[in-house]
Amino acid sequence: MASEHPEPQEANGHAILAPGHTYASVTDKISAIALTSPYRRSWIVGFVIAFALTMMLLTTITAVLVEGVGLFGIRRPVMWGFDIVNFVWWIGIGHAGTLISAVLLLFKQEWRTSINRFAEAMTLFAVACAGLYPLMHMGRPWYFYWLLPYPNTMSLWPQWRSPLVWDVFAVSTYATVSLLFWYVGLIPDLATFRDRAKNRYAKWIYGILAMGWRGSAIHWHRYRTAYMLLAGIATPLVVSVHTVVSLDFAAGVVPGWHTTVFPPYFVAGAIYSGFAMVLTLAIPLRVYYGLQDFITLKHLENMAKILLVTGLIVTYGYALEAFFAWYSSNTYEQFMMKNRATGPYWHTYALLILCNCTAVQVLWFKRARTCVPLLFVLSIIINIGMWLERYVIVVTSLARDFVPAAWNLYHGSFWDYTMYYGTIGLFFALLFIFIRVLPVISIAEMRELVAETRERHGGDEHGHAHPDEDDDELDLVASSG
Amino acid sequence: MQVFPPSTNTISRVSIFGALFFAGGLLFVVYMIFRSPYVTQAHVVQEQPVPFSHEHHVTALGLDCRYCHTSVEKSRFAGIPATETCMTCHSQIWVNSPMLEPVRRSMRNNEPIRWNRVHDLPDYAYFDHAIHVNKGVGCTSCHGQVDKMPLMRKEEPMTMEWCLACHRQPERHLRPIEDVFNMDWVPPKDQLALGRDLIKKQHIPVDRLTNCYVCHR
Amino acid sequence: MSIQSQMTNGIDLAAVRERLAGQRGPRYWRSLEELAETPEFQAFLEREFPNGAPEVLDPGSRRTFLKLMGASLALAGVSGCTSQPGEKIVPYVRAPEQLIPGKPLFYATAISKSGFPVGVLAESHMGRPTMLEGNERHPDSLGGMDTFTQASVLTLYDPDRSQVVTRRNGKISTWDLFLHEAVRVLNARRSSKGQGVHILTETVTSPSLARQIKAFLEAFPEAVWHQYQPVNRDQARAGAKLAFGRDVTPHYQVAKADVIFALGSDFLAQGPGHLRWARDFASRRETLESMNRLYVVDTTPTITGGMADHRLPAVGHRVADFANFLARELEIKVAEPGGPLLEHEAHWVRALAKDLKKNQGKCLVVTGDDQPAVVHALVHAMNQALGNVGNTVSYTEPVEHGAVDHQESLRALAGDLDAGKVEFLMVLGTNPAYHAPVDLNFAQKLPKAQFSVHLGLYEDETAALCQWHLPETHELEAWGDVLASDGTATIQQPLISPLYDGRSAIELFASLLGEPSRPGLEAGYEIVRETWKARSDLQVGIDFETFWRTAVHEGVVEGTSLKPVEVKLAADLAQAPMPKRPNDDAIEIVFRPDPTIWDGRYANNGWLQELPKPLTKLTWDNAAQVAPALAERLGLNNGDVVELEYEGRKLEAPIWISPGHADRSVTVTLGYGRTRAGRVGNGTGFNAYLLRTAAAPSLGSGVEIRKTGRTYLLAGTDLHRNVMAPNETGEAAAERHLIRVATIDEYRKDPKFAQEMEHVPSPHESLYTEIEGSVDRIDREHGATLPASGSGYAWGMSINLNACMGCGVCVVACQAENNIPIVGKEQVAYGREMQWLDIDRYYQGDLDNPETYHQPRTCMHCENAPCEVVCPVAATVHDDEGINNMVYNRCVGTRYCGNNCPYKVRHFNFFHYSKPKAPSLVVLNNPDVTVRARGVMEKCTYCIQRVNEARSAAQISGNPIRDSDLKTACQSACPTRAIVFGDVNNPESQVSKTKADPRNYGILTDLNTRPRTTYLARLRNPNPEIETESTHGV
Repeated sequence: MASEHPEPQEANGHAILAPGHTYASVTDKISAIALTSPYRRSWIVGFVIAFALTMMLLTTITAVLVEGVGLFGIRRPVMWGFDIVNFVWWIGIGHAGTLISAVLLLFKQEWRTSINRFAEAMTLFAVACAGLYPLMHMGRPWYFYWLLPYPNTMSLWPQWRSPLVWDVFAVSTYATVSLLFWYVGLIPDLATFRDRAKNRYAKWIYGILAMGWRGSAIHWHRYRTAYMLLAGIATPLVVSVHTVVSLDFAAGVVPGWHTTVFPPYFVAGAIYSGFAMVLTLAIPLRVYYGLQDFITLKHLENMAKILLVTGLIVTYGYALEAFFAWYSSNTYEQFMMKNRATGPYWHTYALLILCNCTAVQVLWFKRARTCVPLLFVLSIIINIGMWLERYVIVVTSLARDFVPAAWNLYHGSFWDYTMYYGTIGLFFALLFIFIRVLPVISIAEMRELVAETRERHGGDEHGHAHPDEDDDELDLVASSG
Repeated sequence: MQVFPPSTNTISRVSIFGALFFAGGLLFVVYMIFRSPYVTQAHVVQEQPVPFSHEHHVTALGLDCRYCHTSVEKSRFAGIPATETCMTCHSQIWVNSPMLEPVRRSMRNNEPIRWNRVHDLPDYAYFDHAIHVNKGVGCTSCHGQVDKMPLMRKEEPMTMEWCLACHRQPERHLRPIEDVFNMDWVPPKDQLALGRDLIKKQHIPVDRLTNCYVCHR
Repeated sequence: MSIQSQMTNGIDLAAVRERLAGQRGPRYWRSLEELAETPEFQAFLEREFPNGAPEVLDPGSRRTFLKLMGASLALAGVSGCTSQPGEKIVPYVRAPEQLIPGKPLFYATAISKSGFPVGVLAESHMGRPTMLEGNERHPDSLGGMDTFTQASVLTLYDPDRSQVVTRRNGKISTWDLFLHEAVRVLNARRSSKGQGVHILTETVTSPSLARQIKAFLEAFPEAVWHQYQPVNRDQARAGAKLAFGRDVTPHYQVAKADVIFALGSDFLAQGPGHLRWARDFASRRETLESMNRLYVVDTTPTITGGMADHRLPAVGHRVADFANFLARELEIKVAEPGGPLLEHEAHWVRALAKDLKKNQGKCLVVTGDDQPAVVHALVHAMNQALGNVGNTVSYTEPVEHGAVDHQESLRALAGDLDAGKVEFLMVLGTNPAYHAPVDLNFAQKLPKAQFSVHLGLYEDETAALCQWHLPETHELEAWGDVLASDGTATIQQPLISPLYDGRSAIELFASLLGEPSRPGLEAGYEIVRETWKARSDLQVGIDFETFWRTAVHEGVVEGTSLKPVEVKLAADLAQAPMPKRPNDDAIEIVFRPDPTIWDGRYANNGWLQELPKPLTKLTWDNAAQVAPALAERLGLNNGDVVELEYEGRKLEAPIWISPGHADRSVTVTLGYGRTRAGRVGNGTGFNAYLLRTAAAPSLGSGVEIRKTGRTYLLAGTDLHRNVMAPNETGEAAAERHLIRVATIDEYRKDPKFAQEMEHVPSPHESLYTEIEGSVDRIDREHGATLPASGSGYAWGMSINLNACMGCGVCVVACQAENNIPIVGKEQVAYGREMQWLDIDRYYQGDLDNPETYHQPRTCMHCENAPCEVVCPVAATVHDDEGINNMVYNRCVGTRYCGNNCPYKVRHFNFFHYSKPKAPSLVVLNNPDVTVRARGVMEKCTYCIQRVNEARSAAQISGNPIRDSDLKTACQSACPTRAIVFGDVNNPESQVSKTKADPRNYGILTDLNTRPRTTYLARLRNPNPEIETESTHGV
């Protein structure tokens, strides 16, 4: 039946699902990506590169465990460097997933449907990468568990006033909930895969993961409840994680860290970078696997709008920092601002403003919002900008704080870069695998979308073209098992 | 269509809950292991070059702790007797006992006896015998009924937890100075009251006993 | 490409001058780079910074890294909480009396450098010396220490020390074989009364050694005793002869002098009595009433110059002109000067002369040992003319035995060697093959000796050229005696029996002279006792044993100080010709002993190598120091390698631009470029001896400086911190009021000037609950925080910037006491040095002659410590006595505390710096302090181990801790007593009194950190006639 699908077209891209799709076409198209379509050379090449980088990551980790964190570029007074910069960056990226799935779900933004799945996947992988850094930046990583409150023979607790302890909870909770949310959402699709998988072992695995899903009404009912509940739980986390991360800095005395504006503007920044990363991934993906019907211009435009909003919030944050510095008439604050703009790291700051504040302004124009290549480039610019933001906050502030005698520069060392690119490798490796083994778009939800669109288009060209086929499809779903 | 028979449901349910209990159990086991003699070495008798019996010397012969552990009142280290201390008596009695040959050899060749350490705190924990003995912590409080030990062993786990227990509530273990070396001392019924008096009498800064510097430098 | 070279590309010194000229108000700067804002410099800042870190894994630097680790401290570090491998307890067989296991014992002895000692109390843990404290009874040090003495305990355990007797070809041999051989050769010489027998020593003050040398010379009347050390008193001696017709040694009562003029002299940091002089000097700067005034003329910036109220830089050749000019001002008849003074210089000297005359008998003129004889003579004359003799200056017979002109003495030996007349040569503890004047070619001549033997701590350059090498005992391993600069004797007692098969010079002589039979320690003991038995004059009324026991116990022998002698100016000095002045555009070369490794003898001492040099802040290297002006003309930058050509000899050296250095002059320090120093010292720096001729041991003219275009990595703790701070550091330092200075007039007007410079939030503004008892005291004390806990002890520290000379002995003392590892050149260059104390050096004012300020910076033990709230595992927490405890074994190394510390005093073990390397070094560790492992944060603990010892002693004895019971390592080492530590809850304690001083201030107190360590503002006492408008302080 796949043959009957209309060719993907950018036209009338203002629907969130291109017309002419039936349950079958949707299911086929999406499941085909993982199940039937052959491994293409480009996929293999991409995966091999990502995998190689992952190996580099492992090498770095080994080297650091053997030699010590001295391999990184850190030194007095800049005792945090790439490690924390990248941690915050990844966590930020990891934000979009839950936001899209949970928040937009609660707000009944149905356009989220086709992007939530891999946005969530992206979240998980990003958080995995992020999690590596706090661990590896420790001088003695093998004692990481001392940050957890557990009954021990030292009868000691963690030091609750330290934001790092809050981090442990914030990040681990976020990771757990995101994983659950993603998994629950996957269950119906896993069932579909179980039913469509040809390979016996694949069937088994999908079967186990599908937890005996039969698509019965009661299943659907419970599924809905669980999903909504999780969405409810996940929503506050979207705010909490980056708030806590921002407190790692805000709680310190370092000029450039010690600011009340951090929590809101970190969260906004996180969403900003998160959506940027979704775009960075979605745009190639839709082209590569011809998903223009499912991830339509509408999606891209909506995301662009969100980018614009969060981008403006972030800009506001920067403005506030400068304002506070001036208004507080505090020597250190003022010097900090002056140093950011004119100090040895002025170029990072300038670039940051360019990427995060200036570039995004083009999105005021609809033409820009709907120009796919531009969006792609912009998304990458923003990713870079958000990385620079963290670099400026961490490094520039520390390099010159209170005692001039102790000032010193920081630059990432060889190992800092291997670790950074390594995690990027890990991220994409996981993503490549994900594309090949799981539905990148939620089939079940797309089906609902089909149903809804059909109602909206009220018996248009395709709608009832092949009623029986649709019915089969429905039967198939309902009666699987 | 399903790949698994209906029975799988039960299995999966069991395994899900089982996993939870297993995880919990595992944690509990770890918790126990770190308090077990396997880790703390408590109650484990250490092989010694000479099977020295505290029971015999203390109970039977009535030697005072300080006869051998000379510096216990003055220094953080209680002191292990020099060979000549042993020989003060053993040059007279049990002169030919094969058991004591290592001692005589040590004296002859001027080579120290290498005892195996029984109470071995980590290098970063600094314990001071003098202050404890002088403030009314009895030997038996930490070392147990040494006078009942034919062969020496550690009586207490000597974990940080264990140290803190007393540093938080010294009144539960303090005894009058004159009884510090008394092996048979038993806490009176009103130990807590006694302890509180002693704290006052000895000027023990209870609020500071849990400062880090007390043990770590 | 080296860090520094990049850092310093294209410093536009002219621009810097303008900028400085443009400055109004106080303005501190720390290094030239920060002043330079050239585009190149900015460009550098944007370039990727060369990384030290990754080098660690590349084989080349990895090796050097490990090599350096080889000499750093040792012992397995902080381990986990799991059960550890079993340990043994090894009791004594026979317990030594008065040793309480677990308690350290202190023995009085002395550590000497070329004959002159610093009295110490050596701390011994179960028979192993771990730390040296000053001996307050010793007249030369009064309990103060210098860096060399402080670090000498590391030399004792140095694994590179020579350990066995060896023959030339490195064959291992024995003392018996050597003695058999030596005695045979000597006996062969008896017939000829010992013709061809030569002994070479350094300056000898030891009565016992002197006695034996005498005995030896009696046995061999024709034998010759030579003395040579590269840094000697030849010129001073000649000067005395010139002035008084005989060799006398001047002694200064600095404490009595209201006005002091140091003419080319670093008397606060060099010379046998410098510790005493420094203490006396500081004692006169405590109160307004007592303030003395110090004028300095020097060539190379020195510690003394840094303490001066008025300093003038002058090339070495013009020092004599200053002497001449001043002498004329004081109506002393003198010969024609080599040249005139410039107008401002003349004005300066006239004002000085007036000041001196105003203080007849209460002033002092001193000059340096390396100044020409005639200058010494003139200085003697001036002191006489000013009526200082008998008041601030007195003269005694020389303390040394058989004082000779070292230069001549060595020349004679070289001559005999060359003529093949040397049949038996014994070199005792000196290293001429390395440091003899280059034109003597000593190294080539040495092998011509038919029988040669070298006794020394190391198998060094000289040992390599002698047929025999004998390992010498360290001064902590043998009996001996030594005289202070005033003649007061100290009997040195061994703290530990020789680690290796070593013997002292005394023991060696004993064996050679065949008395007494027993070799080694006992022999030394016998001989020293013999020497002192002979001094019946000291034992009137007491038997020898009592005398001996007291003498050994006290560390000084009462009544041995020399009596002053009457001197009268002999010849009319007008006859004494002034040195000719070379033509003005010739560049001169100045040779100085290195501030941290002296003449090279300490080259293998890691602590001293890594100790930032007082003014340049360089570590691990020496450099050719030049004035900014000269660098400007020659287009030189820090780290540029230049070729120095002097009298046909060439030498390559990296440049260091030294603000305040005299123009047209380049200073090189001795002691580097060793080839056989040991694993630590080999190949560090360049060997300045290769340019040093007998004719010009301290000062030569006509050196050529040529750029090679290459650059060299110089690891400076100051530079790497400030290079990236174009201009701001200075302004920031000023507007943050880290250093607070006032002239005494400004101080009179406004005694609280230091405290008014900064707003200190009252504790009531804080949202956190206050530590009980602290509040009111704080308000009154204006940020100079007093006790936290209402009851009990509250520890605090006060550092007197008026007394701190920046000598750095506190850093070494801290390193020794707290098992602080050395990290090696690469790591220092990368900014990862571990010393808990940083001594920040700030300059103020003119590039060519700035004022210098030193500020020791270490953990302030804030009452509201920012580090504590952020540690996730509570590894750093406050105790109830106000000390910020650091629990190493709890630290997981997130380094958050390091980031959140406003004072940046926390140091992190980026690598396993304390990795055990040599067993002997394990023994050096202080058993009372945890050795930190990799990945752990560390910082000053106020010597918590000492506090604990004192506390438990006090709790047992029942009487409270007094100042005298407890001193931190830095405090007890400080020669000027700038550091005071104690209980701020006790109004009687010295620290409370100091903190009550209006000059008392804490830094960054506007953050409401409430530091327990505070400073006393610096005071200057300028001469109004010289200093017109004040550019300083508030």
